[in-house]
Amino acid sequence: MGWHNKVLRVNLTAGTCTPEPLNAEWAQQYLGQRGLATKYLVEEVDPKVDPLAPENKIIFATGPLTGTAASTGGRYSVITKGALTGAIACSNSGGYFGAELKMAGWDMIICEGRAANPVYLFIENDSAELLPADGLWGKSVWEADEIIHRTHQDPLIRISAIGRAGETGVMYAAVVNDLHRAAGRSGVGTVMGSKNLKAIAVRGTSGVTVKDPARFMQATAAAKQVLADNAVTGQGLPKYGTQVLMNVINEVGALPTRNHRDVQFEGASHISGEAMHEPRPSDGKPNLVTNQACFGCTIACGRISRIDQKHYTVVNRPEYWSASGGLEYEAAWALGAATGVDDLEALTYANFLCNEQGFDPISFGATVGAAMELYDMGVITDAETGGLQLRFGSAEALTTLAELTGHGEGFGREIGLGSKRLCEKYGHPDLSMSVKGQEFPAYDSRGIQGMGLTYATSNRGACHLRSYTVSSEILGIPEKTDPLASEGKAGLVKAFQDATAAVDSSGLCLFTTFAWTLGDIAPQLDAACEGEWSIDRLLETGERIWNMERQFNLAAGFTAKDDTLPKRLLTEPAKTGPAKGKVNELPKMLPEYYQLRGWDTEGVPTGETLSRLGL
Amino acid sequence: MLRSLHIEPRKCTGCLQCEMACSYENEGMFNPARSRIKVFNFHEEGRMVPYTCTQCAEAWCLHACPVEAIVVNHATGAKEVLESRCVGCKVCTIACPFGTVNYQQATGKVIKCDLCGGDPACAKACPTQAITYVDADWTGYDRMRAWASRTDAQPATGTPA
Repeated sequence: MGWHNKVLRVNLTAGTCTPEPLNAEWAQQYLGQRGLATKYLVEEVDPKVDPLAPENKIIFATGPLTGTAASTGGRYSVITKGALTGAIACSNSGGYFGAELKMAGWDMIICEGRAANPVYLFIENDSAELLPADGLWGKSVWEADEIIHRTHQDPLIRISAIGRAGETGVMYAAVVNDLHRAAGRSGVGTVMGSKNLKAIAVRGTSGVTVKDPARFMQATAAAKQVLADNAVTGQGLPKYGTQVLMNVINEVGALPTRNHRDVQFEGASHISGEAMHEPRPSDGKPNLVTNQACFGCTIACGRISRIDQKHYTVVNRPEYWSASGGLEYEAAWALGAATGVDDLEALTYANFLCNEQGFDPISFGATVGAAMELYDMGVITDAETGGLQLRFGSAEALTTLAELTGHGEGFGREIGLGSKRLCEKYGHPDLSMSVKGQEFPAYDSRGIQGMGLTYATSNRGACHLRSYTVSSEILGIPEKTDPLASEGKAGLVKAFQDATAAVDSSGLCLFTTFAWTLGDIAPQLDAACEGEWSIDRLLETGERIWNMERQFNLAAGFTAKDDTLPKRLLTEPAKTGPAKGKVNELPKMLPEYYQLRGWDTEGVPTGETLSRLGL
Repeated sequence: MLRSLHIEPRKCTGCLQCEMACSYENEGMFNPARSRIKVFNFHEEGRMVPYTCTQCAEAWCLHACPVEAIVVNHATGAKEVLESRCVGCKVCTIACPFGTVNYQQATGKVIKCDLCGGDPACAKACPTQAITYVDADWTGYDRMRAWASRTDAQPATGTPA
């Protein structure tokens, strides 16, 4: 119940698909999805493995609430050793694919080895087989989706795939499902491509049951009411999506701009959630067509947009005139503020390309921002770019690079390296705005101090989704803390990290936590799954997961030296806004954080900590 | 007084809570594959549309059934499948012009919306009121009301919000 207790093991080298029972003991310790799949990975993969070697594995994992009527219960995660980072990677996605996998009767799929020739995995309930992907390789996510549906003559199949970015080795290639939902970060799509696995197509008709259905329906109904009544999940997110944040974060002076040279973007209002609602002068229609929910979600923050047909990017190209996944905040920031581009239609087009060819808009946009700074300094010149002028604010540079990166061509191959490799190659490693090789998301840690510690200690490299202290520091959820103060942030970060690890293992969406606490989540899990799932047990499970991920990274070769931020954030004060004059005070927060975690001064969990958590 | 399921596609977000509620009510599990209501996603237009049986007054499915397994529930107006009588011949699935009666491999019977005996689970589960259960004679009431609010106002165009 909750779990199907069934894992599909796919050996790509041998071409076999074998069912096996889920390790029920591990499920009690690690819950599902992020936690449980990471447990499988750390047990089965050498942490020192080359992420792109056949010895690395890639796991597609659902949570116990995936495929249930719990609000947002449709999530799945892709777990592997990340191509971009060399650290543990866990990228989470919505849409409908995860629920379909659960409906087919599987908790997770473990893919190992490497296929000799491109293949895709086709699952119909109990039956699973690897099929040749000759006609799919070289195609985009969108083309592959159409071909697979046509081949099997079944419109109800749900598909997760890589595009050309995953095939050509873009280091931050994504796994994209349902055309525009993505397990976006850390290069999980690059790993999938290295295994010659083009797609997973699933049709599931066997359904999902829970332990105590009556109690579950009560718990989920009460929790849905909490989401409906909350201003963020009930009003802000459905209307503006995560883009509700663009103007807010700009005003608090924490919108990283032009590769973090600035903390406020003069063009923010042009690329904001509000702007997406404004009728365009050209055709009188807004960029936004509608909002859309993922499976089971009663928030519905997803954006569906249409590009202006007269915009230079798509003029005479009707294949881009249809509605598709529009800009959410992170993408709008990375493609826009990080590059200084304020052309909403150009950003929407670049975002379409990220979905179509399968690459992470955050790392892509941030890498373009870094390249623009190098161009501005004269380090990268027209000779390298093939004549393309990488000026901050150039929409044409942005959209051309999106095309080139998606196809693995020209200077796009350099952009596909990610900012760390790119900046090292051109002799300026300090200009890569990244931690553990992964680019920052849309919050400048000089203006939101807790996010500096969040980024520095995140197990998958810089990321806002490992401890979103923005909730507390800016939005006042669950209680307001001062974004400019570093005091007390160590405890805040730890608490968010542990709770988030539990939510990411449940099958639910993290965005519910704008309204829900673990007190809303625990009763839903407890009614669905075997075991007593209380708030305390979820926090302990989250802490166990966090330490397990940490252990993997330490064994992979990361040390306390990697728990840091780029020099710019530690030494160059914010130039404007409320945070003017501030740098991030990481050195004040980190030792306290280690102490609270039960780690030694080198950031290594002590024996006592490990034994307390059963690790 | 009979009530009808009233569907307003513009309000649908595609969350499929209706499909889960339907399958839970009828099958005791969460399983969109066994739902009597289906949400269609016209992705390229950015439109999601829930669709199910409209309970035709003169029901093609009922008339086509050779074993009288589809009967009228006079309390609700629903055309219900008597599972004990259905032989799975599928003639009703051919007769229905709208495709809302469907065969189930698992049971060898057909399924269709029966309005849950007068308390449809899909309408209760819909978070945006895209599906409501209203007076069968007044499914246009809200739309009329919205236009009515404009009649003595200054000239305006377009659909009222």
